Amino acid sequence: MIRLFKVKEKQRELAESAVGGAPVKKQTAGELRLNKDISELNLPKTCSITFPNGKDDLMNFEVSIRPDEGYYTGGTFVFTFQVSPIYPHEAPKVKCKTKVYHPNIDLEGNVCLNILREDWKPVLNINTIIYGLFHLFTQPNHEDPLNHEAAAVLRDNPKLFDSNVRRAMSGGYVGQTFFPRCV
Amino acid sequence: MADTESQPSRSRDLDKLLLRPGNLVGPNFEPGPQLRADLQEYARVLVVGAGGLGCELLKDLALSGFKNLEVIDMDRIEVSNLNRQFLFRLQDVGKPKADVAAKRVMERVSGVNIIPHFSRIEDKDLDFYNDFNIIALGLDSIEARSYINAVACSFLEYDSDDNPREETIKPMVDGGTEGFKGHARVIIPGVTPCFECTIWLFPPQEKFPLCTLAETPRTAAHCIEYAHLIKWDEVRSGKTFDPDDPEHMKWVYEEAVKRAELFGIPGVTYSLTQGVVKNIIPAIASTNAIISAACALETLKIASGCSKTLSNYLTYNGVEGLHTKVTEFVKDKDCLVCGPGVLIELDPSTTLQKFINLLEDHPKLLLSKASVTHRGNNLYMQAPPVLEEMTRSNLSLPLFGLMGKIPMDIVHVTGTTRKNDKKTSSLRKLRVVFKGVDGVIDMDTAGGA
Ligand SMILES: [Zn+2]
Repeated sequence: MIRLFKVKEKQRELAESAVGGAPVKKQTAGELRLNKDISELNLPKTCSITFPNGKDDLMNFEVSIRPDEGYYTGGTFVFTFQVSPIYPHEAPKVKCKTKVYHPNIDLEGNVCLNILREDWKPVLNINTIIYGLFHLFTQPNHEDPLNHEAAAVLRDNPKLFDSNVRRAMSGGYVGQTFFPRCV
Repeated sequence: MADTESQPSRSRDLDKLLLRPGNLVGPNFEPGPQLRADLQEYARVLVVGAGGLGCELLKDLALSGFKNLEVIDMDRIEVSNLNRQFLFRLQDVGKPKADVAAKRVMERVSGVNIIPHFSRIEDKDLDFYNDFNIIALGLDSIEARSYINAVACSFLEYDSDDNPREETIKPMVDGGTEGFKGHARVIIPGVTPCFECTIWLFPPQEKFPLCTLAETPRTAAHCIEYAHLIKWDEVRSGKTFDPDDPEHMKWVYEEAVKRAELFGIPGVTYSLTQGVVKNIIPAIASTNAIISAACALETLKIASGCSKTLSNYLTYNGVEGLHTKVTEFVKDKDCLVCGPGVLIELDPSTTLQKFINLLEDHPKLLLSKASVTHRGNNLYMQAPPVLEEMTRSNLSLPLFGLMGKIPMDIVHVTGTTRKNDKKTSSLRKLRVVFKGVDGVIDMDTAGGA
């Protein structure tokens, strides 16, 4: 290809004085795939999505979930999504912004959902994750605990678990931990 | 090394390849002293990465007759690099890798000029990358490869028959190693598969379930990830973990040790902690040398045409005995990054709404309910409602203006296609050309330039 390089070098010298094109934003394949996911979102009425950085940054967004059945009915739980440029090769990083008394979500907002980590596959999408998160509220499970105490209460005394959830959601203490109101 | 003695011998062996004709040469090979001189004067190669592979690449390219080299790397030298990144010495610890690597190779190989860039690859503009004829990659991350690939493919243009225009092709040579294994590949955008066409070759990194880390750790790595992902947030909330800050790393290591003692798990060490947290894959100097040698030779072959190039993916495996294999992967013709995209000619007055309607009837697309994005600007989004509202006002505006009055550019659309009465969602690349606008190259003659 050296002949081409030579031609290009000559052109480069000629073009040196000319003004360069405007700097352009690079759009990665990950951003494009995410774009597709977002444009096809089909959310249940109980979930909504917002884009804090405006319509051109889809890589960072927030999803609010308002469960309409189960222990968490009436609460609003906000999750932040951070999507990598090599999405869907890598799962988005998801954290729960709302402090919640939940066996599968710890007090720092880490979420134990298999498709966010060990079971993530590139064929999955944002819709799947949101449904997965929604599911955590309708069916919390004590088998994958991140909040150990909450999991033990759910397993041994579902009635007490229910009243703990109520107390936490309306703003109050469960044990030593304070939970801000989220209903 | 005495340069006066090494110089003639270096060029003598290279001369055998560059000055004599042969049967196995590449197309358009024109041997002779002119070729040798042109290679030295006009071939400009960028080496991305100055780590284990990058050091080797820089040395190999300099010794293969390339005189104009540049190297980019954002890292500083660490003590743990010294065992294989052979251009660095103890007194270099803390200095930028690119600077030291360039200096050392220039000291040893006379006549070569290497410009170092101590910088993130994302901080350089497109013009920087466009100045090089070939980009050689010595990286260990998928993100970085994907980024450089997107940059190199963005220069690629196609003629009206969907053939790549040769003068817009930016070849890449990519190397990678992991312990005893490695690969070398040649990417000629528009001709051979790009990184994105075959991203499935890189398996996703294994991630442990968080609840396993929190409740039932079984391995040293579990303890380290617990300290890194859970304990850090709990104790040092608000502070972002920085893997390059030794204090942070030491903290994670100490927490991991406590965790391991609690569960009676052996094997947590500081270097394992670094390995797990930074996802460092073990590197062996000789594997780097083998892969780099293959990459440097392919670079020479692409530039000079003195032999046919690797077609197109070499794997080297030294785990059980020794096994190498070349596989010819095929391009994804609909690749969003390197594919030609569907050519669409428009009148500059066409509104976004009219453009979207047009996609529905286009025989190659039949795409309904399209969302449209151009260089990171979302021009129209069908869903969710919040984005639809924000972009709705664009529908009545001319697309030409929305695209910044560029006469010809790439647009991506997503929507629904009908095939045999089945609806599938699809994401397509389009090459939009506005008719009769100043500066538009005549599409029928452009290929002959
Ligand atoms: Zn491709």
